[in-house]
Amino acid sequence: MQLLSRMNRQSTILSSLVSIILGLVVGAILMLVAGYDPLVAYSALFRSGFLDMYGVGESIRTLTPLLLTGLAVALAFRTGLFNIGVEGQLIIGQLAAVIVALKLDLPPGLHAAVAVIVGGIAGGLWAFLPGLLKATRGVHEVITTIMMNFIALYLSNVLVRTWLTSGADSTDPIPESASLKMSFFSDWFGGARIHFGFIIALVMVIVMYFLLWRTTWGFQMRAVGFNPDASEYAGINVRKNIILSMMISGSFAGLAGAGEVLGTYEYLFIQDAFSGIGFDGIAVALLGANTPVGVVLSSILFGVLTFGGSEMQYDAQVPFEVIRVVFAAIIFFVAANVTSWFLERFRLGRKVNSHE
Amino acid sequence: MNVVEMKGITKRFPGTVANDRIDLKVRKGEIHALLGENGAGKSTLMNILFGLYQPDEGEIFINGQRVNITGPSKAVELGIGMVHQHFMLVNPFTVTENIILGLEPTSAGFIDMAAAERKVREISEQYGLHVDPRAKVGNISVGMQQRVEILKTLYRGAEILIFDEPTAVLAPQEIDELIEIMRNLVREGKTIIFITHKLKEIMKACDTVTVIRRGKKIGTVAIDEEVNEKRLAAMMVGREVSFSVDKKPAEAKETVLEVKDLVVTDARGVHVVNGLDLDVRAGEIVGIAGVDGNGQSELIEAITGLRPSKKGTIRLKGKNITHRKPREIIQAGIGHIPEDRHKRGLVLDFSISENIVLHTYDQAPFAKGLFLRYPEINAYAQKLISSFDVRTPDEHTLARSLSGGNQQKAIIAREVDRDPDLLIAAQPTRGLDVGAIEFIHRRIVEQRDKGKAVLLVSLELDEVLQLSDRIAVIYEGKIVGWVDPKTATEEELGLLMAGSKKAEEVKG
Repeated sequence: MQLLSRMNRQSTILSSLVSIILGLVVGAILMLVAGYDPLVAYSALFRSGFLDMYGVGESIRTLTPLLLTGLAVALAFRTGLFNIGVEGQLIIGQLAAVIVALKLDLPPGLHAAVAVIVGGIAGGLWAFLPGLLKATRGVHEVITTIMMNFIALYLSNVLVRTWLTSGADSTDPIPESASLKMSFFSDWFGGARIHFGFIIALVMVIVMYFLLWRTTWGFQMRAVGFNPDASEYAGINVRKNIILSMMISGSFAGLAGAGEVLGTYEYLFIQDAFSGIGFDGIAVALLGANTPVGVVLSSILFGVLTFGGSEMQYDAQVPFEVIRVVFAAIIFFVAANVTSWFLERFRLGRKVNSHE
Repeated sequence: MNVVEMKGITKRFPGTVANDRIDLKVRKGEIHALLGENGAGKSTLMNILFGLYQPDEGEIFINGQRVNITGPSKAVELGIGMVHQHFMLVNPFTVTENIILGLEPTSAGFIDMAAAERKVREISEQYGLHVDPRAKVGNISVGMQQRVEILKTLYRGAEILIFDEPTAVLAPQEIDELIEIMRNLVREGKTIIFITHKLKEIMKACDTVTVIRRGKKIGTVAIDEEVNEKRLAAMMVGREVSFSVDKKPAEAKETVLEVKDLVVTDARGVHVVNGLDLDVRAGEIVGIAGVDGNGQSELIEAITGLRPSKKGTIRLKGKNITHRKPREIIQAGIGHIPEDRHKRGLVLDFSISENIVLHTYDQAPFAKGLFLRYPEINAYAQKLISSFDVRTPDEHTLARSLSGGNQQKAIIAREVDRDPDLLIAAQPTRGLDVGAIEFIHRRIVEQRDKGKAVLLVSLELDEVLQLSDRIAVIYEGKIVGWVDPKTATEEELGLLMAGSKKAEEVKG
């Protein structure tokens, strides 16, 4: 039986790998059709992602928020919720963190810590309302969180323009005391904008694992996600746990936002559209099979592809959109479970042969 | 003449042999029962006959011709129809629309609904099915929906009908009606294979029975005077099974549960429990007998805090537990075997060990502070698995992958081992085979003998009569009479359950 579950796990990894390869093949076909050389493009992509220190550093910088939004989506999935509001929770985390950074005057280090924590809490609070509506009125969280995304985006823009600045498109840079930059690491990675947010993200991977699978809170949240009726029967407070799951998921997203604004950009600017980091979190979680380790691996892939894809644009003049197509194709192959379809055909074929 | 002959059928699944060289011969015009415990391989064998699975070894003959049943459409072509346990119907469609789905008669490119309806009505009357072709499937009873499934197979020209545990979803009266329909079908020349683990139904309805145990054929016998339920049960389980429950007279002591003037409403505001009084004492089993839907489920949900009560009081050992939260009621000393084990009783995607501690995960020794202690949880689960004979590869197995009987045993293990002062057992043996039923009945009586109070709710009259020390008859949300199981007859109970005035006099 243990062997069987191990095989199951392997097949998930296997199916993810097959999907990634198939996704890259689709990208290559697209490039050939459009008249680019896929070999040149992919070698530029992987060279920048793996081979020079600056590229590695920037890939890590790119994957840091994806790792956190991936965890946010995965945690919600594991507790029976589909949090599409990661995007908005991330924006609110950004906003709260930048407000703390600009409006409070605290000693270095402490300032950054407070800003990060407030960013996380703000993301969690932003998810409270959808959680509350789901728990008490049965309103589906997909609807409410999508709506909350728009409120977050425009709220952030209004506050940047009217309160944090006087009519400008972006705030002043945050003070040094609130920055998550680590100049030592940056220097080591050839000046890449890698920052302390990455460490926070890695800690959250461990937090998520312990929270869900090693604590009584996680037990309740998973039980409610799988079967609310049985949870109620066992005396578990279903409403409280739905709200709690939503808020923990939201706070992961808030941390992602805090990391972006305090580590990568160091100021907040008006966004005319969603950055997509929250939505990509859904893809990261799906490819990572909603497990903490899986999310780490898939965020590495998406980080390398995203950053490498922009380098590919410089080196091979292949438009960045190709990489988005590769993303979409990978997700398509994972979701359609193409791998097991192949495997099944193969196995069936073998069985028929053995009969003859 | 054999319409169906299966020879040496073997089907292996990873880790198990579901069918091991099974032979089956079915004569034309008979009702042939396929009897076996849950997981014995009956359904697998029939799924092979219906083309849903391919056998690893063996041959199938239909009307003497060797056939290769590659899929359900091939089976239909050969005149085989299957009535599945879980219906495959489109609820918003009418009966006729459901029946013709995939085989719509057309005229000039449009569906000829009038012709379809005529044909459905014709078949329905021929076999005494009495189905309204225009009714919406979502609005008719489960029993009627089953008849629609039967009609579907007949419409497709089935000569051999496979019924997969058809009585599991039916009320007792509907079962009698179904048996009548099966007789009509056979009279008109059809052949029926009837999958079941209920002995009574076999004795009542069938001509021949083939018994399967753990994937192997044990034997085929004709149902005649020499065959009785006891012998069939022994063939099925592989040992002697006792049907009567051995128990000493009850030694009832102080009152444990006291329900007074309880009113509970359903979603529409109807008083489904309507001023109900009930008491259960330590050391006795009180059985609640009643026709389904007379407030039994709501009564239990109100006692356990899963449904608010509108009026009245519920006391446990003198303590008022009305309007308490489920958690508080559990901790006050109630164990509850819920009537729907998949809805309430188990988190199917949790492991057995996680399900075993579903109420107690946050208490010592299973948790220390916020953290779960899996070594303790797993050790406790292992202990219960062995003492309650839950057949599972290990405690990490998902509850979903266990058979119904073993799932139920896991729930009973959990509820009984907490040693509650009051054990509520709702339909504790629904859908289980005789071996499991015997085991569960013994455990319930054991609990009583330890001086605990037991409240049993069951739709099976036999079960209520055998286990209970006192029987309360529920009708329209009220207890309409108390009966002594030692002197009561099924007829007497039946009258009370139907709300008959005459029966109330019997009580007095």
